Amino acid sequence: MPAAASGDPDGRVLAPFGRRRGEVVANEPSGRYRIISAVDASGPMPAAGQFYMLAAAERWGGDGGRPFLPRAFSVAAAERSDDGARLSFLLEDVGPGTGRLAELGAGEGLMLTGPLGRPFSPPRDLNPAAAGAILVGGGVGLAPLAIWRRALAARGVPERTLLGFRDREHAGGHELFRCSEVRVASEDGHAGHRGYVTDLLERMLGGDSAATAVVYACGPPAMLEAVRLLCAELEVAAELAMEAPMACGFGACFGCAVPLAAGGYMRLCVDGPVVNAADVETALVAGAGRR
Amino acid sequence: MSTLAGPTTLCGIELAHPIINASGTFDAIAARRAFGDGVLERFPFSAYVSKTITPEPRAGNPPPRLWEEAAGLVNSIGLPNKGLAGFLESDLPVLAALGVPLIVSVMATGAERFAPLVEEVAARSEVAALELNVSCPNVHSGLIVGEEPEETAALMRRLRPLTAKPLIVKLTPNVADPAQIALAAEREGADAVSLINTIKAAPILADGSHWLGAGAGGLSGPAVRTIALRQVSEVAAAVQIPVVGMGGVERGADAAALLAAGATVVAVGTASFRDPLAAARVRSELGRLVPVAGGREQA
Repeated sequence: MPAAASGDPDGRVLAPFGRRRGEVVANEPSGRYRIISAVDASGPMPAAGQFYMLAAAERWGGDGGRPFLPRAFSVAAAERSDDGARLSFLLEDVGPGTGRLAELGAGEGLMLTGPLGRPFSPPRDLNPAAAGAILVGGGVGLAPLAIWRRALAARGVPERTLLGFRDREHAGGHELFRCSEVRVASEDGHAGHRGYVTDLLERMLGGDSAATAVVYACGPPAMLEAVRLLCAELEVAAELAMEAPMACGFGACFGCAVPLAAGGYMRLCVDGPVVNAADVETALVAGAGRR
Repeated sequence: MSTLAGPTTLCGIELAHPIINASGTFDAIAARRAFGDGVLERFPFSAYVSKTITPEPRAGNPPPRLWEEAAGLVNSIGLPNKGLAGFLESDLPVLAALGVPLIVSVMATGAERFAPLVEEVAARSEVAALELNVSCPNVHSGLIVGEEPEETAALMRRLRPLTAKPLIVKLTPNVADPAQIALAAEREGADAVSLINTIKAAPILADGSHWLGAGAGGLSGPAVRTIALRQVSEVAAAVQIPVVGMGGVERGADAAALLAAGATVVAVGTASFRDPLAAARVRSELGRLVPVAGGREQA
């Protein structure tokens, strides 16, 4: 990932005000998921961990009046092209919004607002003794880790990636980790370790390695919560890329409330989606996944 | 030729155009964190209405807080805010720099807590007007102030003497006849009324469980547009004071319809969630429409 222009002390790249029309250039299946790529002619390159609010330019609001709101997606890959930023998103068709996005074809319009939110922090910002980064992804949640892995590689930061999948059908998005050493866990045992990706993480953090570890995780709430608890127990610095129901993505609706360890709530769209695992009370966010 | 999207006034406040925001649907401070100075350069509203401020800080309701509905959104946010002191200290100076008149939305439970809130906010020179969120219970009677003409009148009698600044009463649509509430507010010195607030709604699932953390919430978006039009037209026909109309505005024609129904100013709310610059588009579309004779009330 090219160095991004920083607009905030936390490294976030500011979005152009308003939404704009991008053009879908590819829509490829990947296991049960789809990788949708669009060219954003006028927007900046995002920082890893940031997200976009997406909606189809046409027929957004189908039978029954849904989808109505745009949907939030972490960017999985961003490359400069002659036409602008080529952005890729990993999605699973689980509802009217994701279903409409999943059927978009090349040449169709994709309305986007972004990049939004707080990106990942460099490992040394989280642990001065960091020897590298451990990336832990689950299912469709591997998306932001893909762009982060490339950013880390570009900076020469060693990383190890652990990916977990429910079953063969849900094992998509691998191609986003090309040229990367990845260890896999699957609940059905079809690939790699039979069990949870957090089993692999627990093993990796054993011995003395916890002192120099930094964990970056994104995946389903139960996986994130397991990572959060494990890292808290072993005193390992960790950032979680989280999801919460979101109407706007820029702090207007106050819908994406995530409970803070210190009490009260954060707005995940402007204070996240990447959060320090120690700052949240739980990663089990109510209502996520209705997309 | 005059245009629908030209300068106007609301309670003596000069506005560059008739499109403002609905309270709680655009956080200008958070928007600057996302979009930077572009928010100031292209600020889409001719006045800025703050999120509702309460005397003490509020964390808001437990999640989930949102439910997407057919052409709409049910929310139960629960008025999270920094409280009066936090607002005056950290938010007000930033909002004052937006370059448009500032209308501060306030709410308290009971007239005796409402009064100092109104007094302190109104005393600030940065504040052009106050919007009174009366969707709160009277601690003595238990009645929702904005649902009862007498409760609304009693609250206005307590608050009106505290400031000469315009007081705008935000009306709830959850009554049989909002014009009666508007008339009570007008009689006791309200300078304007604004409507509609969200319509009570509860996403209940097939298994009987409630989706929202708080159980129930309020519906907004295009789904409520014709309800807003009816209520705005009935209220505007009943009162002499200006009406701020809102409810499901997505296009210039929607704003024109509210103006034709008697609104002086139109607020854009839920549409901003879908497109942060929706209000700018509404205004530009409105400017291309030809005004209809007799269709627009002046303040």
